[in-house]
Amino acid sequence: MSKFTFPESIKSRPIYGTLAPRAGAAHLFIADAHGAEAILDVATPEMMAKGHIIYIPKGEQFEDKLRALNPASFYAGPTYSAAERRIQQTLAQAKMGLQLYLAGTEGLMGQAEAAAMQAGIPHTAIQTEHRGSTARRMQCVHCKGITEDVDTDPFVCSHCGLNLFVRDHYSRRLAAYQGVCIDAEDPGNVPAPKGIYE
Amino acid sequence: MSGAEKIAVKVTDIVPLNELVTRFEFKRIDGGLLPTFSGGAHTVVEMQDGDITRLNPYSLMSDPMDQTAYTISVRRDDEGRGGSLFMHRNVKIGDEMTISYPVNLFSLDLRAKKHLFLAGGIGITPFLAQIKQLERFNGNWELHYACRSESLGSYVDELRGHHPNETHIYYDDQEQRIDLVNLLDGQPLGTHVYVCGPKGMIDWVRQTAEAEGWPREAIHYEEFLAPQPGKPFEVKLAISNKVIAVGENESLLEAMEREGVDAPYLCRGGACGQCETRVLDYTGNFIHRDHWLEDDEHASGEKIMPCVSRFEGKILVLDR
Amino acid sequence: MTIQFNDETFRDDYSFYNSERAIKRFPFPFHEDSYMYSVNMEQHRGGPVDSVYEKRFDVDEHYVSEMKDRALVLADDPLRCQSLPHMTLAGWDLLELIMVSKSEDYPDLFELHRDGNTWRWVNKPMGIDHTFTFLDEATLPYGPMEYITRQAQGDFAVLDQRDDNLWMDAGMVTTQADWSLDFDIGMNFFEWHAPVPLAHEKGIFIRALKFLLNIQQGAPARRLNWTMTVNPLLDTSPENYHKWGIQKTTLTPENLGAKQHLRVELQTFFRLPRSNALVFPIRCYLCSFQDLMTVPKWGRRLHRVIRDLPVELATYKGFIDNRPMMLDYLSQFDDGLPTSPGIWPDLDTEPALQK
Repeated sequence: MSKFTFPESIKSRPIYGTLAPRAGAAHLFIADAHGAEAILDVATPEMMAKGHIIYIPKGEQFEDKLRALNPASFYAGPTYSAAERRIQQTLAQAKMGLQLYLAGTEGLMGQAEAAAMQAGIPHTAIQTEHRGSTARRMQCVHCKGITEDVDTDPFVCSHCGLNLFVRDHYSRRLAAYQGVCIDAEDPGNVPAPKGIYE
Repeated sequence: MSGAEKIAVKVTDIVPLNELVTRFEFKRIDGGLLPTFSGGAHTVVEMQDGDITRLNPYSLMSDPMDQTAYTISVRRDDEGRGGSLFMHRNVKIGDEMTISYPVNLFSLDLRAKKHLFLAGGIGITPFLAQIKQLERFNGNWELHYACRSESLGSYVDELRGHHPNETHIYYDDQEQRIDLVNLLDGQPLGTHVYVCGPKGMIDWVRQTAEAEGWPREAIHYEEFLAPQPGKPFEVKLAISNKVIAVGENESLLEAMEREGVDAPYLCRGGACGQCETRVLDYTGNFIHRDHWLEDDEHASGEKIMPCVSRFEGKILVLDR
Repeated sequence: MTIQFNDETFRDDYSFYNSERAIKRFPFPFHEDSYMYSVNMEQHRGGPVDSVYEKRFDVDEHYVSEMKDRALVLADDPLRCQSLPHMTLAGWDLLELIMVSKSEDYPDLFELHRDGNTWRWVNKPMGIDHTFTFLDEATLPYGPMEYITRQAQGDFAVLDQRDDNLWMDAGMVTTQADWSLDFDIGMNFFEWHAPVPLAHEKGIFIRALKFLLNIQQGAPARRLNWTMTVNPLLDTSPENYHKWGIQKTTLTPENLGAKQHLRVELQTFFRLPRSNALVFPIRCYLCSFQDLMTVPKWGRRLHRVIRDLPVELATYKGFIDNRPMMLDYLSQFDDGLPTSPGIWPDLDTEPALQK
């Protein structure tokens, strides 16, 4: 699957790279959907000997290929939320020298990054590679509810129902972009939604 | 005005610890309280040595919560330019001196799940204040302290007495070495390592930790570079419209100050970046000694840190 | 001098007002007839008598009412005050800084009596007389930062300093110019300023950060910033924008002078000693256009600044739609005469309006 090139943006918006092997005591890979391809690209037998993979397939068929890398441990789960406790425990028990590799959608990478930062890994030490959907994880600044997989601008907050426009301002702690009421100054005047990158 | 705010103090105690290190205690002349500070902070001590004003930074080692007095420990450097010798030979109890407000370029990362301290020799001093700060708030820390010999092990007894479980001592003359790779391996995620000591030790710890996959943000170091003597050179100061001579035993910054040029500074040890100065023209070679500029900036010939760096060549013009 | 505290509101009926004294000491933010971003920092060590620069933390006639408004905001939305766990020591630093400064600068209003770690704090305007143990959170009704900033005007961003950057890791933010602490907490200096247009390209933030990282104990700094607000609404938060945004459309040529307010932030910066953090108090002053126009120099200048402001800035500051109406109003107070340099009103030397 071809990689998406994100347009230039403001300084709070994350920039994703390409996963590269690094020296470390252990290697933890967290990915969803097409993020598996980035793991397959970077994996070496040496890394996998002390490598751990946590994968959310989201309907994609990469599980067998990932298992074939022969990592020290492998887990596939239905959703990030289902995998979250496992991720937290893995991080809580981890030692310095752990290398973290995230790949897939922004929502997956953002949430795993937030968990890792909470555990004490600075975000600059975390590698990321975007693959697959460009949908965003959005926080409604008004009700604070998170709407997952938003790909249009504006969109309707799945919690409070306000019409929100999609900002590029991004919070690593919340793993979300900011959504702000679009018709506050002209109630009811909501433009037709279009793709975020259209 | 350059440097941090000043405080007028009196020397209230001088305690020789061993053949190289002496401790000095300062209190305010006006009897008031000194500012609190954070562990790892230093003060710049002004010494009036004949016609020369020496300004040397020393880590504050007293309890940051104690506002009645500051203490520093000074290691005598017989090869240096004379600041430590002045402190050892000329300063007496009751002397009035000027010191700066505390400045911290080596502060604790208070998010750390654990603080791992590595000290070499006189590099123990900032950790003494940091340990007192962490003890006050139940911090999680561990100290590994390398000294040349038992007789030169400043504060070893105090540390072992108060913190027997956290303190680990290594004597060079007994062939004891910090087993760094093993020590770094297995530290819990969120540990920060701090190193203060000779340059070789700092480089060793930084390189080893990075090779073991530690993030740069989790590696902290402080090395005060004393300005090294060097060949005399001339420099033209474009804004002040002066040509000044930098002597063998003074730094470029000190030469500018001697000539009445107001040059900014803070640490005077190549670490803080405050004295960064633009080079307008040069023919010759820079002797860069600071930790502030990046390698490509050193190579560019566009900037110099006059507190520690020097020049050898025909022409040097600075934007000062 | 004893301050008469106004009984006023910053919401609903908007009974907020500035006395003649408050207008004269309003921190007009434009030192010349045009505006562009700059790192306009200076030392914060006093200023002209009775100016907002005179004391470390200015206390004025709005103090008691502003603190009531803050309590209302926090009751509605406690997320406006947050402190990440490692920032508690910085909170104590801030409590100490404000208590010491206010008791020394306003001894008739505030008292601090310290006996070791047992501290007695008296805040007469708010009727508080409280004894607590310094560095023991259990002896305060809130965390130290929240406790003291419920008693201090202006927003407070408490910034951790590490890795050659500043991190917005704690704050009390209820009088903000449309930014969300809940969203921005944990961000570094470049990230929380990311939405600001033009300034990144001009290198403003790189230079400002260098300056701020080097602010030392005992040597605070300050600058002014500004925006526009319709109605004297302190809490122009993004959280409530869907409620207050509509007020921007209520301006008419007739009510503009009374309703349109220039909103000025006196931003100060203090190094906090025990934590090595930096506190960034952002004190908000509001003044209606019609009150500003009582100073001829400010009338001339405000018209020229608003007229010539780049579109990006007028958009970012949220008044691009109202700018034509604002200019119609302001042009009445601009007779084309030159203005004296600097921000002060210069009432004795500047000529009256010549039309």
